[in-house]
Amino acid sequence: MLIPHPILGLRDAQEFTYLGDAALIDRPDGLANPEAFHDYLYLRDNPAGIHRELWFHEQGDRSWIVVTRNTVTHEILGAVLAQDVARARGRSR
Amino acid sequence: MNARVSGTFAGQGELFGFVKGDTRPHDPRYSGDGVRAGQGRDATSTPERLPGGLIDRSRSLEFAFDGRSYRGHPGDTLASALLANGVRLMGRSFKYHRPRGVLTAGSEEPNALVELRSGARQEPNSRATVVELFHGLEACSQNRWPSLAFDVMGINDLLSPFLTAGFYYKTFMWPAAFWETLYEPVIRRAAGLGSLSRAEDPDCYDKGFLHADLLVIGSGPAGLMAARTAGRAGARVILMDEDFVLGGRLNAETLSVGGQMGSAWAQSVVAELSALPNVRLMTRTTVFGVFDHGIYGAVERVADHLPAPEAGKPRQILWRVYARQAILAAGAVERPIAFRNNDRPGIMLAGAVRTYANRWGVAAGRRVALFVNNDDGLRTARDLDAAGVDVAAVIDARAEGDRLPGIRHIKGAVVTDAAGRLGLRGVTFRDGRGREDRIACDCLAVSSGWNPAVALTSHQSARPVWDESIAAFVPSPNGPKGLKVAGAAAGVMSTHGALATGAARANDVLEELGLPTQKPELPEAEDAPVRLSPLWHVSGAGRAWVDLQNDVTVKDVRLAHQENFRSVEHLKRYTTLGMATDQGKTSNMLGLAVMAELTGKSIPETGTTMFRPPYTPVAMGALAGRSRGEDFKPRRLTPSHRWAAEQGAIFVEAGLWMRAQWFPRPGETTWRQSVDREVLGTRKGVGICDVTTLGKIDIQGTDAGVFLDRVYANTFSTLPVGKVRYGIMLREDGIVIDDGTTARLGEHEYIMTTTTANAVPVFRHLEFCRQCLWPDLDIQLISTTEAWAQFSVAGPNARRLLQRIVDQDISDAAFPYMACANVTVCGGLRGRLFRISFSGELAYEVAVPARYGDALVREMMAQGQDLGVMPYGTEALGVLRVEKGHIAGNELNGQTTALNLGLGKMVSKKKDAIGMVLSQREELARADGLRLVGIRPVDPKAVLEAGSHLIAAGRDPVAANDDGWLTSVVHSPHLGHQIALAYLRNGASRLGERLRAVNLLAKTEVEVEIVSPHFVDPEGERLRV
Repeated sequence: MLIPHPILGLRDAQEFTYLGDAALIDRPDGLANPEAFHDYLYLRDNPAGIHRELWFHEQGDRSWIVVTRNTVTHEILGAVLAQDVARARGRSR
Repeated sequence: MNARVSGTFAGQGELFGFVKGDTRPHDPRYSGDGVRAGQGRDATSTPERLPGGLIDRSRSLEFAFDGRSYRGHPGDTLASALLANGVRLMGRSFKYHRPRGVLTAGSEEPNALVELRSGARQEPNSRATVVELFHGLEACSQNRWPSLAFDVMGINDLLSPFLTAGFYYKTFMWPAAFWETLYEPVIRRAAGLGSLSRAEDPDCYDKGFLHADLLVIGSGPAGLMAARTAGRAGARVILMDEDFVLGGRLNAETLSVGGQMGSAWAQSVVAELSALPNVRLMTRTTVFGVFDHGIYGAVERVADHLPAPEAGKPRQILWRVYARQAILAAGAVERPIAFRNNDRPGIMLAGAVRTYANRWGVAAGRRVALFVNNDDGLRTARDLDAAGVDVAAVIDARAEGDRLPGIRHIKGAVVTDAAGRLGLRGVTFRDGRGREDRIACDCLAVSSGWNPAVALTSHQSARPVWDESIAAFVPSPNGPKGLKVAGAAAGVMSTHGALATGAARANDVLEELGLPTQKPELPEAEDAPVRLSPLWHVSGAGRAWVDLQNDVTVKDVRLAHQENFRSVEHLKRYTTLGMATDQGKTSNMLGLAVMAELTGKSIPETGTTMFRPPYTPVAMGALAGRSRGEDFKPRRLTPSHRWAAEQGAIFVEAGLWMRAQWFPRPGETTWRQSVDREVLGTRKGVGICDVTTLGKIDIQGTDAGVFLDRVYANTFSTLPVGKVRYGIMLREDGIVIDDGTTARLGEHEYIMTTTTANAVPVFRHLEFCRQCLWPDLDIQLISTTEAWAQFSVAGPNARRLLQRIVDQDISDAAFPYMACANVTVCGGLRGRLFRISFSGELAYEVAVPARYGDALVREMMAQGQDLGVMPYGTEALGVLRVEKGHIAGNELNGQTTALNLGLGKMVSKKKDAIGMVLSQREELARADGLRLVGIRPVDPKAVLEAGSHLIAAGRDPVAANDDGWLTSVVHSPHLGHQIALAYLRNGASRLGERLRAVNLLAKTEVEVEIVSPHFVDPEGERLRV
């Protein structure tokens, strides 16, 4: 597999480690109730089709990126820096 | 020269176990005049050698098959050379041990599997059809004993009524105890393929990476045309072919292309391509798999055609090809027709018989009959006739159409039986009026049409689609992205069609690449339509073979149908059809057609099995490449490694690291003696241990303290500069990931320490937190694990030793417990000093830039001679920490909370930290949950087993009564008996209680007492002196 790194261009998937659903970016407030954390941690969508997921360029520049991938065909529709996604979703400090 | 007295057929005759003393097949029904006998023999002039072909007749190569020597020519394969020497019996079948000859002339071969070479280079299951002949080649037939002609296990053939599809499942059901001890070894010995040498492979294998605009797979007319079109346009082209001569079927046919022999045209294109700097031609290279995003796997057999690889060269290279576009031009594979005894040696595919004649100048038989249902098969009759081979008859299943001139062409007839156990002697056929007759022949060329080589197009799960016009599956339009198909692989069967589609697909590629398309320059070539009337098997009594490699018959398919294994996937697994080394290249279609007939469904309704990589077998050595033995994975050496090796240290793997486990001294005969000495020496004097392997993460920025507060359960923003604090790190679910110390060296500068095992995962986790959760915190992270050599210096004399090393004052007043500082050592070398202790003694960790680690350990050892200094390894480290009650990997097993560890109070509930909320869940926060305790055997001589479970007296050792378990067990030289750490239910309030430590695996039971986990210096006084 090839992953289009937003900074470094096409890189072999072997350079990356996989984490999972990009929804992990949407962490509840740290003092929220256990139910919010339960949903955040344990309830994930597992779509057959378009999936946004977190990959870490561990053997590279250490960027966390959000890859949009079709889980059925493995087609990769794009990749952006996770920190840009996080900021766009209102995360800051 | 190995002179033999008998002729071809007679040469086989001496192998006829049942025709003792007779060198001729003598069934009176067969009186073919093609059978000649009694001539002397030389491979350069055997009766089987025809004129022409792509072999170098000026040179002769000697080789051996089953210990007997023969001669062939450069350009021959083992199969063509054996046929040229009249050898038709090449193997025994997998299950019934039926005598078998070669069926094909390519990589799809199911029968002619041999063991190649000898000694450590012995290689089983080599297809004789693709083994390139070299001088001195040794090959042996497989799966027979004592000899190929007389095989004891041939008895299986008589037992065949009991060995039908699914017999494993039905026969070897019980008793279960016999599965592995009796049934499997016996079956494995009786059924099977070649054997391994069991010696280490003496050759090396490499891995390589290639990038191309266009990868062309196959070098027949379509592939050559595609490569030429794209190459002329300037695209970076790689052309790969599994064969050692480029040209594909053009080398196997007598067809003309552009007014010259097809093979000559191919060579002219190859010459042009060779001169183009942007084109790379790779022979002996099989593209075995299509992977995601235009990545192709290929194996180049660099030295398989040589007796041994040239010095310094690999035997094979596993290539990973990154191709923007690819064109599959892999041609087609001919398929057989099933009829009674269609597995006799001498029954071959018609295209193969033609290939042997045209490419290698070998007549596959002296008198050849044909059995066809299509026009392509007739080419074989014409080519053989033109080459002077006796064509006995063409038995053509089709009633209509023209007859071949000058050849006995029997229309509307089918072959119903074949005779000749060790070599074909003749066939029986039935004509349109139902009359049976016999023809003497020693070779039957069979053609039922061709299957496009679609395997690679379905490697990403696209199913091929049925094309009625050629009665075959063609590639799905939804195949791998970027892979186009041309020529016969696309179902375009004529030479003209191959040339035209090759050029057209290359132009499609050029357009996508943004390169100028080329006006196709198509040479003139035949454009015959496919004329075929489907015929899969001839019904009748007896066994008709569908899958020759796995011995699956029409009857087996019928049985599978009867027993309701009707889906193609079930059929495959129940009968083993299409499994093994050939993956059913010549049999899948036939099996499918027979099943379709039985179910009354069409073939496309019946389906097709999935094709998966690899297309042909790939050696494990090629997949492993250089990752063998010591190079299997990288080894990380600590800065003191060389010094430790000089001391005779015993090393242990810790992840990729090699760490000193203990340092034996003269006179010590067991590891325990060394470890006990190291422990006592450290507690009495001073010990030194390399702890460089612990992860070190540099955290800097104005928000470093805030960040640490969120990733650690306890608080770090309040830590004074120049101090160290122990921290525990949780996962979001409240379980402890890791523990370690973090030092604050400056207002905005912290050094985090992780365990050795978690250095990488913790760093990954911190980066996740930094980038994905709090992207605007002002912090930077960098791993400095390998930048600093770090040593633990522990024991009552630790300060006295280090004061001789460190340039600054490190008295207790100047540098108290849990202090840290940037220092200089040995008169000016920059270093770091931390007053922390894992052992429970007065202890420090001192760090210097990694390249000075070796010098530092030598200097400390020299300076500490009078202080009783000694190095200690990971075993002593473990004993010291268990004696002190410190946790490590055994306790941090991914199931434990801070509360379990007795560290519940460290989890601050006042701040946002990873894992805080969920660590408070009811079940994790139970007051009577597991707690870390110490364990002491009541009998000091008793031996404890780690993993033993704690059971109350009088209770059965079952899960319901399980109170906890022993996590770490060591012998404490300090106490003189064994001690352990354990998790115990409600443990904190059970000190002094007696329980049983039960280990049902080791069958041990020891009475133990629950004690504090702090066996040594529970008040921590030694730390603070």
